[in-house]
Amino acid sequence: MNKLTIDVKKLMMTNSGERYLDFKGEINDNEFICLVGYSGCGKTTLLRMLAGLTSPDEGCIKYGDDYWYEHKSKFNLAPQKRHIAYMFQDFALFPNMTVYQNIVFAQSETNHDKIKELINIFGLNNLEKVRPARLSGGQKQRVALARALASQPRILLLDEPLSAIDWQMRESLQDEILKAHKYIGGISIMVTHDKTEAEKMADRIITL
Amino acid sequence: MKDIKFFCYPIFQNYITPKLNIMIENVDFMQTMATTANLALWTTMILLVIGLPAAYALAYNDFKGKSAVEALICMPMVLPPTVLGFYILLIYSPQNFLGASLERYFDLRLAFSFTGVLIASVICSMPFMLQPLQNGLALLPKNYREAAYTMGKSKITTFFRVLLPNIKGSIISAIAMTFAHCMGEFGIVLMVGGNMPGNTRVASIALYDEVQSLNYDVANQYAFIMFVISFIALTVIYSINKRRHA
Repeated sequence: MNKLTIDVKKLMMTNSGERYLDFKGEINDNEFICLVGYSGCGKTTLLRMLAGLTSPDEGCIKYGDDYWYEHKSKFNLAPQKRHIAYMFQDFALFPNMTVYQNIVFAQSETNHDKIKELINIFGLNNLEKVRPARLSGGQKQRVALARALASQPRILLLDEPLSAIDWQMRESLQDEILKAHKYIGGISIMVTHDKTEAEKMADRIITL
Repeated sequence: MKDIKFFCYPIFQNYITPKLNIMIENVDFMQTMATTANLALWTTMILLVIGLPAAYALAYNDFKGKSAVEALICMPMVLPPTVLGFYILLIYSPQNFLGASLERYFDLRLAFSFTGVLIASVICSMPFMLQPLQNGLALLPKNYREAAYTMGKSKITTFFRVLLPNIKGSIISAIAMTFAHCMGEFGIVLMVGGNMPGNTRVASIALYDEVQSLNYDVANQYAFIMFVISFIALTVIYSINKRRHA
C-alpha cells in the first residue's frame, strides 16, 4: 500500500494579501479525495506542490517510502519523475496536436492499443483527428482525462476540472472522472468549489 | 481570370521583362544583390539558431539585470546604426584586444571584411529576431509547459514538440522581419565593411552610390528590388497575424 504523506507550509500571495498555508495529512491508496475551501485558501497551490510545479517553503511530501520533497535536505523531485497526471482547469490540450497526438504525447513509449482503449472508454472515436480548438468543453475534458491516464500515473490530480462545464453535462463528466479514478487504481485528488459535487464523488473531503 | 491575363500580359511584356533582362545582364548589380542576399540569409540563419534559446531564456527566466540585457539587445532599434558601427569598428581594430587577438592567433581581420559585416549585421538585427520570438513564447499559456513536465517530458522535448509548433507565426514573422531588415542594412555595413564590390557592397549602399553618380536607371533597379522584397516580407507578416487573429 502506497500512502501519500503531506506536511507542507507555504506563504502565498493572494488578492487579499499574504496567507500562510499549513497542511498536514495522509492519503491512502485508491482514495478519491476532494479538496474544498474558499477562494484563495490554497487548494490549487497544494495540488501544484504535489505535482512539483510549486515548491513548499517547509516540510515534506512522501509517497510510499520515496521522498518527493524534503525541506531539510533541500530535495525536490522534478515533476517529470513523480509519475503523476495533472489535469488543469482549462485542460491545457496542445493546440498543435490532434486528439490522438495529444494522448500519444503523454506516453513515454507509444502503446497504440492502450490509446485505442482510452479512446473507446471516453467515447472519442470520431474525434481522433480533430484539433482541440474545434472541441466543445465536455469533449476537451474527456480528451484531457484520456491524456492524463495514458501515462499510467500513480496519482491523478484534478484542478477544478468541471468549473468550465455547464451543469447539464457535469453529471455525466463526474462519472467519467470516477471511471478514470477506478482505471488508475491509485490516488485521485480533485479541487472543487462545489460541496455537493464533493460529497457525491469523494471517499473523503478535505476542507482547507 | 481571362481579364487578369489580358491586363497583366502587356505589363510583363513591355515593362517587367525588359527591366528584368537589364538587371540580369548587369554583372555589378547581380554581384551586389548576391552579396546582399548572402548577408541577409546568413544573418537570419545565425540569428534563428541563437535567437530561439535566447528568447526562451528571456521569456521564462527572471534574473538580476534582465532589464539591462533586454535593453542592450533592443539598442540597435533606437541607436543610429553608425554609432553601433563605430563601436564595432573600434572592437575590430588591431589596436584593441579582440582585433589584436584575432589577428595574432587566427590571422583574421574583421574590419572591412564580409565576416566582420556579418557579425555586425547579426548584432544589429538581433532585436528583429528576438522580440517576436520572446513575445510569442511569453504569450503561450504557462500550463502547456507544466502539462508537458507532468507527463515526464524534458525541457528540450517540451521546447521542440510543444512550444515551437505553437509559435509558428512568431517564428515566420521573426524570420521575415530579420531578412527584410538585413536586405536594407546601410549604416552599419558602410561603417564596418566599407563599399567593396563583390565583398561588402550591399544593395542600399550601391543605390546611394548610383544616385550620387546620377545613374538613376541602375538606382531604380536597386530601389525596385528592395521595395518588392520589403513588401513581400510585410505581406507575409500581416497575413500570418490576420490568420492568427481570425
